[in-house]
Amino acid sequence: MNWKELWQLYAVFFRIGGLTFGGGLTMLPMLKHELVNKKDWITEEELIDCYAIGQCTPGIIAVNTATFVGYRRQKVLGGIIATLGMVSPSLLIVTIVATFLQSIMDNVYFQHAMMGIKGVVCALMLNTVITLAKKSLVSPVCIAICAAAFLLTLFTPIPTIAIVVMAGIFGVILDKMGGTRS
Amino acid sequence: MTYVYLFWEFFKIGLFAVGGGPATLPFLMDLTQKYDWYSMADLTNMVAVSESTPGPLGINMATYAGFHAAGILGGVVATMSLVLPSIIVIIIIAKFLANFSENRTVKAVFFGIRPAVTALIASAVYGLFKVALMTENGLAIKPLILCVIVFGLMHIKKLKSWHPAMWLLIAAVVGIVFRF
Repeated sequence: MNWKELWQLYAVFFRIGGLTFGGGLTMLPMLKHELVNKKDWITEEELIDCYAIGQCTPGIIAVNTATFVGYRRQKVLGGIIATLGMVSPSLLIVTIVATFLQSIMDNVYFQHAMMGIKGVVCALMLNTVITLAKKSLVSPVCIAICAAAFLLTLFTPIPTIAIVVMAGIFGVILDKMGGTRS
Repeated sequence: MTYVYLFWEFFKIGLFAVGGGPATLPFLMDLTQKYDWYSMADLTNMVAVSESTPGPLGINMATYAGFHAAGILGGVVATMSLVLPSIIVIIIIAKFLANFSENRTVKAVFFGIRPAVTALIASAVYGLFKVALMTENGLAIKPLILCVIVFGLMHIKKLKSWHPAMWLLIAAVVGIVFRF
């Protein structure tokens, strides 16, 4: 058991989690700097592979990357420690902010500020949806799947999980019929 | 008992939210109908805080949601439950499936899932809009106008690289100055 490297895994991912905002793709430059350039823990190609796997497995992409790199270095314990390092800053910071916000909830200025923030949150989320749509709606089949899923969520009580599972099964059926080759 | 429910619900989210942070939003919205941990209105605050604090978006939202439901320990339980499926799945893949992302069936599954996830997020954002931009007296005009203006500004080349926290800060100031 290499305790020193386990500690380093925790520390490096703590730093990455604490210094990047948003997760996902925005973390790539930071991951490259810390893991490839500074530590030489993985090669740049491996990092890209890691990202590809992170994107086509369930869960938070940043966490998947942390687990993968940690596992590569120090097996199961390494995967767990790296992931804990990645989520520790969030736990600390968000808990502090949430506690603080609760104590000023009734303040009238805070309420004005929150109404403004709500407007901008909508703008930010709309932007996220558009970016995602550009990346994922690359063919007529994709658009059809998206439209069908959208209608199902709006007009039927089918749970979110069921829609994800159905879409996956549909993808396999489509592949068997030769529909995913474009 | 709340902790057990938190564990179960966030474990499921971790297992089914394909595509990272934003993909957790539809699931978090589902929870508002099942439990009284937080309201739809709280969700907008959660997104705002999660966007403007460091760390992956999905993790921040889970911590905040769990905190709302059951305090500090709730936040820890929700976050740990969210990452547990990732740890299990990724370790299995790293151990047994060398070319996982090149596998044909895996590709086919995600070919189907990706557009569907976009739809799920879009519909969750639509739900968020209804809550954030509506009050008891109808449409919240000022936040709506701010939303449209900021959305436009965000697409100006120079401002594209601005951090979300910057926009949220401006929004807070505008909200106070113009008494939203």
